[in-house]
Amino acid sequence: MIHFVVHDEGDSVGVVVVEGVKASQKLTGWIMDQDREIKVRAQSEIPIGHKLAIRALAANDTVIKYGVDIGRAVAPIKVGEHAHVHNIKTKRW
Amino acid sequence: MSIDLKKATFRGYKRENGRVGVRNHVVILPVDDLSNACCEAVANNVKGALPIPHPYGRLQFGADLELHFRTLIGTGANPNVAAVVVIGIEDGWAKRVADGIGETGKPASFFGIEGHGDLETIRRASHKAKEYVQWASELHREERPLADLWVSTKCGESDTTSGIGANPCVGNAFDKLYPHGATLVFGETTELTGGEQLVAARCRTPAVRERFMAMFNRYQEVVNRHKTSDLMDSQPTKGNIAGGLTTIEEKALGNIQKIGKKCMVDGVLDKAEVPTGPGLWFMDSSSAAAEMVTLCAASGYVVHFFPTGQCNVIGNPILPVIKICANPRTVRLMAEHLDVDVSGITRREINMDQAGDKLLEMMLRTADGRLTAAEALGHREFVLTRLYESA
Repeated sequence: MIHFVVHDEGDSVGVVVVEGVKASQKLTGWIMDQDREIKVRAQSEIPIGHKLAIRALAANDTVIKYGVDIGRAVAPIKVGEHAHVHNIKTKRW
Repeated sequence: MSIDLKKATFRGYKRENGRVGVRNHVVILPVDDLSNACCEAVANNVKGALPIPHPYGRLQFGADLELHFRTLIGTGANPNVAAVVVIGIEDGWAKRVADGIGETGKPASFFGIEGHGDLETIRRASHKAKEYVQWASELHREERPLADLWVSTKCGESDTTSGIGANPCVGNAFDKLYPHGATLVFGETTELTGGEQLVAARCRTPAVRERFMAMFNRYQEVVNRHKTSDLMDSQPTKGNIAGGLTTIEEKALGNIQKIGKKCMVDGVLDKAEVPTGPGLWFMDSSSAAAEMVTLCAASGYVVHFFPTGQCNVIGNPILPVIKICANPRTVRLMAEHLDVDVSGITRREINMDQAGDKLLEMMLRTADGRLTAAEALGHREFVLTRLYESA
């Protein structure tokens, strides 16, 4: 069963695609571009559609999704941690 | 199932100018806000007449006024429309709109309210609307090739599943339609922010790329001139954020999946401008759903692909809006608004090629006359884009 989807293996984040992900849950991810699976343990509840880090990020690190820059981390983000507006911001506006 | 697009046809209404529509509306079109009441009264009198009320048309000037006329005339000229009754507060601008629509060869009449009053205008316009509705009811669909279909796309209330499933599903369908001579369009200028270089790289010629980047940079200047924050809650919207999208860049990269992997951007269009040939066009436009879809209809597109994540419920008075969704939660909670469920992508049950075929099959059914969810639910959002204040 797939719990989260990653666009490209170089990405920093994946997207949860099931409802009800709980803290400490062991999750299986599908990397679409390379068609392979990875495992990550969730650090907290993560709603469907929201992202989790699949790589550790430091503050000011560039966040990569689709193999492209989608903004910067504004706080450290651990693997399996919920990655959203509280710890990632746009670089554009 | 795999669709053979070489042999695919649809049953549409061939109009006087050669364009082909998939609906057969008789529109009662106000030039201005003051004429909405008359238009709605006419539509109450005549069954099957479709009023399109809106809040503008007074004291506009310059490019903003030109866009107003272009959008109204384009809406009436759209091949999904059989005939049009135009009503304005005075004769001059009503005639200008009716004459513009009449250039297609379709029946178009105008009525001015001043000197007559609402009741007399309603009486006269109702007689004309009844004549048009009965005339249109005897027009018949005929089999037409795929190349006659003009297809637009714009996504809305996107979330992360839009970029995973619904938008690349549209991209897959666009890649399949493109070699068959379809006329396609996408837009949403600010919603390319962070992925504009990817669109620029897909432009057919350096001249197209230059025009695209000029449109993109102009719109960035508008944002930078007026912004009071990083646009959080506006772009991305609150719904986008609730759905898991964090930044404009992330939203843009999902958005761009709609133009697929193969088709090239053959040209750029100003708002509500009519494309001059087949291919994929970029229209400089707002990213607000109803504004963009209204502009697509005014440019002459007859079917619209609308991928969504959190489920924007938008429709359009004359353009059938096909909703595509890959979010399993939205499919569970809001199925009545959706036409194509591609949530199987997130479970690895279907691949993108199958999802694209599923959409193309629904496109052909819609072109043949199946009502979309938005049509069945009565969604008729018609929103005119304004460029600046009235005089």
